[in-house]
Amino acid sequence: MKIHEYQAKQILRRYGVATPRGVACFSVEEALAAATTLGGSVWVVKAQIHAGGRGKGGGVKLARSVEELRLHASNILGMRLVTHQTGPEGRIVRRLLIEEGAAIRAELYVGIVVDRDSQRVALMVSSEGGMEIEEVAARTPEKIHHMTVDPMSGLSGPEATDIARKVGIPEPAVPDAAALFQALYRAFDETDASLIEVNPLVLTAEDRVLALDAKMNFDDNALYRHPDIVAMRDLDEEDEAEIEASQFGLSYISLDGNIGCLVNGAGLAMATMDIIKLYGGAPANFLDVGGGATTEKVTEAFKLMLSNPRVQAILVNIFGGIMRCDVIAQGVVEAARQVELAVPLVVRLEGTNVDLGKQILAQSGLPIISASNMADAAQQVVSAARGGVR
Amino acid sequence: MAILIDKNTKVITQGITGKTGQFHTHACAAYAQGKSCFVAGVTPGKGGQNFEGIPIFQTVAEAKAATGATASVIYVPPPFAAAAIDEAVDAGLDLVVCITEGIPVRDMIRTRYKMRGTLTRLIGPNCPGVITPDEIKIGIMPGHIHKRGPVGVVSRSGTLTYEAVGQLSALGLGQSSCVGIGGDPVNGLKHLDVMKMFNADPQTEAVVMVGEIGGSDEEQCARWIKENMRKPVVGFIAGVTAPPGKRMGHAGAIISGGKGTAAEKLAVMEECGIKITRNPAEIGKLAKSVL
Repeated sequence: MKIHEYQAKQILRRYGVATPRGVACFSVEEALAAATTLGGSVWVVKAQIHAGGRGKGGGVKLARSVEELRLHASNILGMRLVTHQTGPEGRIVRRLLIEEGAAIRAELYVGIVVDRDSQRVALMVSSEGGMEIEEVAARTPEKIHHMTVDPMSGLSGPEATDIARKVGIPEPAVPDAAALFQALYRAFDETDASLIEVNPLVLTAEDRVLALDAKMNFDDNALYRHPDIVAMRDLDEEDEAEIEASQFGLSYISLDGNIGCLVNGAGLAMATMDIIKLYGGAPANFLDVGGGATTEKVTEAFKLMLSNPRVQAILVNIFGGIMRCDVIAQGVVEAARQVELAVPLVVRLEGTNVDLGKQILAQSGLPIISASNMADAAQQVVSAARGGVR
Repeated sequence: MAILIDKNTKVITQGITGKTGQFHTHACAAYAQGKSCFVAGVTPGKGGQNFEGIPIFQTVAEAKAATGATASVIYVPPPFAAAAIDEAVDAGLDLVVCITEGIPVRDMIRTRYKMRGTLTRLIGPNCPGVITPDEIKIGIMPGHIHKRGPVGVVSRSGTLTYEAVGQLSALGLGQSSCVGIGGDPVNGLKHLDVMKMFNADPQTEAVVMVGEIGGSDEEQCARWIKENMRKPVVGFIAGVTAPPGKRMGHAGAIISGGKGTAAEKLAVMEECGIKITRNPAEIGKLAKSVL
């Protein structure tokens, strides 16, 4: 799960991470009131969306007067912000963060992720703040300092101090920086985060270290123990179909193509998308119905796929294994009837009672194309999508 | 031969009284020599009862002491599953197969840390399990699609593994053992660990390696294969069409920071002498071509 920058900063402040003072706003009036509350004469107006690259896309502006603040706030609120992470369709900005300005002396990068190789949490710090870490890793990898954290003892003071020095933080600011790294790690660990990025972490003219930006993602599997974080979820930032899918225990991801896929199992679902592409088609979605594909689940899955106007054919690929093909076939037939399916449907079933399953499909009176294996299924659906009229 | 498990392996089901635990313990006991392999169950608070004649114990240690079991399979719900692994490790079992999907990564990081220096091997979590055809299956895979023979299978996926196995069996190619290592980012045995076992196993003549996007386990395994493997390996990687930054069902199946793409993995595997296919319908055919 992702949250906004202002929410991440709320969490991090609880752990003692210093950030600029700021106020989240939903309207220009609130933004103006926030400036009054914050005081000073320089403010930063920051678009709040779940994607990076906001500055380059025009979603972050410096205001040196109340008039400028009003102008920037009204321009950014409601704008369609396009960044390299949003895709060409961009995101509508519905929330702003108004922050006090900071006198920046240097910009750094801090990231915390799960390192799969060492099976530990890793801390990465780079002297190249404000740049994407992947870019720094490709161009000047020597500027990134990396360490993995012992899960039982956590990030120790000496370790944090060492990495602060390595990355070139001036001596007077080292204790502050080390404490901030430790606080970030504690926040990561205690909230079941999957990612924290502070980019940039800034060194101020007064040798303070401040998290100027903050990004936090969380492990979906651990959300059950963090109701306060779940309450921060912003459904406006998520794909409608994906939200709906998650309510039915389906795993769904929208793609650009025109062939809907309904598959059991994540690996097979990816492989099904791949083989469609291999035979010249394009998948419209990833959809894993999971192990227990009931009629209700399959019906919801059909509704989801068909809510995408681009879908011109559907491929159902089920390797039943223990699941009985007759039950799945029944589910497919009922679902197809309920949604009044108007696009060609190719079904490939494998597993227990496969013959009975095929018989149910054939006797349904529905124009279902039965495929004998995965390659056959892919070829059939690609050609059906080409001739498909809707 | 075969790897990890055979007809003499004695298994404890952790979470035997839950719906999933019951369903699959029944199916595993009914498969090949399973009746003599599945010797105990564990559910705290239900010690002294039995499931279809299989005695239930309070703890893994008790179950091990009473039955001589050396392996366990876990169907415990996600919030308690990592602790179930810890218990099996503490009891000194040789092999723990964790089927449970949805364990928090933080829990697995701690569990893996505690496993350092122990001799227990963990398969999973979030995996279908392991099977040595015609002898024993520990897990949720459909037994009937398997067939005894010379091909080892190692995979991060469930149903995609069944697809590969189904193709092999249809071509008359049996399997020595099939290991589903699971789709989580922090897990037990990796492709590489299983590949080493297949290399050492006299029954295994070739290996099918099925991977997917995310992480770099396949690349590490491929580099080892190039230097050390004495048997042909064929491979497929799922997710050539997966968009970056999106988790594709499995917690570990995500392209992040441009890393872990299928194209990258396939390129490294090819470089290392692994015969790859981009067509998941041709995994079986490819395996046949190298035998």
